[in-house]
Amino acid sequence: MTISGVALLAICTLLGAILGDLLGMMLGVKANVGGVGLAMIFLIAGRHWLIRRKLLNEGIKLGVGFWAAFYIPIVVAMAANQNVVAAVESGPMVAIAAIGTVLACFASVALISKMSGRVETMDEIEAREGTLTPKVAQADGLGSVVR
Amino acid sequence: MILEAVSHALQVNALLTAFAFVGLVMWLSAALSKYLTMGRIHGSAIAIMIGLALAFWGGVVTGGKSGLADIPMLSGIGLMGGAMLRDFAIVATAFEVDVDKAKKAGMIGAVALVLGTIIPFIVGALAAVAYGYTDAISITTIGAGAVTYIVGPVTGAAIGADSAVMALSIATGVFKAVLVMIGSPFVAGMIGLNNPRTAMVFGGLMGTVSGVSAGLAATDRRLVPYGALTATFHTGFGCLVAPSIFYLIVRAIAGS
Repeated sequence: MTISGVALLAICTLLGAILGDLLGMMLGVKANVGGVGLAMIFLIAGRHWLIRRKLLNEGIKLGVGFWAAFYIPIVVAMAANQNVVAAVESGPMVAIAAIGTVLACFASVALISKMSGRVETMDEIEAREGTLTPKVAQADGLGSVVR
Repeated sequence: MILEAVSHALQVNALLTAFAFVGLVMWLSAALSKYLTMGRIHGSAIAIMIGLALAFWGGVVTGGKSGLADIPMLSGIGLMGGAMLRDFAIVATAFEVDVDKAKKAGMIGAVALVLGTIIPFIVGALAAVAYGYTDAISITTIGAGAVTYIVGPVTGAAIGADSAVMALSIATGVFKAVLVMIGSPFVAGMIGLNNPRTAMVFGGLMGTVSGVSAGLAATDRRLVPYGALTATFHTGFGCLVAPSIFYLIVRAIAGS
């Protein structure tokens, strides 16, 4: 049943929220500490359990999958109700933070790939195997779930 | 009379109006992504930018603090983009995470993921401090926004950040994702992005699946699945550590 999936998702999200609040209280901060992350772990564990027991059916997948696919539209709605006027007044911080982050991360990728030594490039792998690598995920983004 | 009937129907069914409205925005973004940027900038990033622009317009028109949601006819946007449905949908995305696939990414993927969360957070937090934010909540929220545009608002909502700070945090994340999309092909040679392993490191470090998949697609389409493999965990990991460990650390340093 589709509702099983929606209910599973709701239970995981609620459990995460409760635990996050409790953690916040224990640590003495007025915040939900990591509730969404905890809920995600519960859902991953739930899926794993269902697969092992062979209980994961199309209905459950549909119930969760719908909300997963709805994620970008909801984020767009969320963006549309922020106080952007006040944010714009605070100047170019956004650009500086974003550019700084991207540069630092590109540099780290370069560093790690240098440190880990030479590995086969994609072209070499294909030349060796003589086959194409797994099908590339569709990058249209809107229909499929893209984070 | 017709106008009155329309506006009444739209207001009574506020959430449905929001669905239709956001649907139009998504459709327009997909078209813009395809024809204006030749698919280089992801439709989702364009849609979020349009969302932020509309929020700006809504704020100017109404003088309110809730962007478009302050316009009576579009009040449903507030419900659709509110904390409840947002957390619900974000948690749902974890359903596709395959534990066995995670093991494939291995140690180097995990290291990249941790670094890809810590480095952006530090850079974002420093930028926030440089621009005069002194409270732990704002610094953490903006730092989390530099991780991804999801981790930012999730963290902000969890620790009670101001809406203007949330907007900054989302904008930082979106700007970062767009930079990754556009910049990746240009730096690919320099950072050795031509093999699956570097692609996995890249996915873990850069975060946002939209940024990574579009950036890798523009570099070499064959690398996309490897980058997406590690980037998938980015949001979940960020949502776990940013409003907890990171917030507590910032709070210890900056004071509450």
